[in-house]
Amino acid sequence: MAERPLSPFTRMFGESGYRWMYTNTLSILNRATGVALVFALLGLVVWLIGASFGLNSYQAFLPWFTGVPAKVVISLAVIALWYHFFMGLRHLAWDIGWGFERAAARRSAVLVLLGTAILSALCIVAIFHGSFR
Amino acid sequence: MSLRAPLARALNHGSAHDGVSHWLAERVTALAIAPLTVWLLWSLLSLPDVSYWTVTDWIRRDWNAVLLSLLLLLSSWHSWLGVQMVIEDYIEAFLSKTMLLLLSAFVHALLAASGVYAVLRIALRSAP
Repeated sequence: MAERPLSPFTRMFGESGYRWMYTNTLSILNRATGVALVFALLGLVVWLIGASFGLNSYQAFLPWFTGVPAKVVISLAVIALWYHFFMGLRHLAWDIGWGFERAAARRSAVLVLLGTAILSALCIVAIFHGSFR
Repeated sequence: MSLRAPLARALNHGSAHDGVSHWLAERVTALAIAPLTVWLLWSLLSLPDVSYWTVTDWIRRDWNAVLLSLLLLLSSWHSWLGVQMVIEDYIEAFLSKTMLLLLSAFVHALLAASGVYAVLRIALRSAP
């Protein structure tokens, strides 16, 4: 069979695929955090259902939501949330034709990471040292 | 050799012309839930504590139940669209793909309905 160049879609990376760039990893992380946030949504709904059943049911499982392991999981969810949030804003900007050039896209990738780091840090401080009890 | 006319073979294999609706719904829901998410995080993290009375009072106050219901509905919708895309991209076998798509649709419908029901149940309960 003749050796013909394959579409880059058939192989993501390697000889006939795309060249790796940190923006590739950021893009797939947007999907990964999106899928992770389904479970964060599930957690939010479970928490609300617990509260809707009254004082006793809420107090019975509140320790599951305020213990240190829970706070770690919630912090991870918050990081995923801010990441997905900023990547989403970046996508919306691209959709109106803004920042799609290579240099601008690489700059906005750095901004996404910065925004995620700063807002996650603020939220995690609030979760561990604030009123989350 | 096939006896089917070229037109019959081509029918129903082209664009269904609704491809953009999924893409657009994902963007519109994103635009709506972005400020709602910031509002929820800010509100929850600035509560004095997360005890039963604090949380249920907060849900009953002002427009919080409306905003919370909107956030639950729209983020379930957004999540359903996103998970659908992930399943369609990575699962090739027809049966597994169909089963997963159905499961995701039902789970997201359940999430939205039970979340909104819980919020309404708290909000509509007469204050003690």
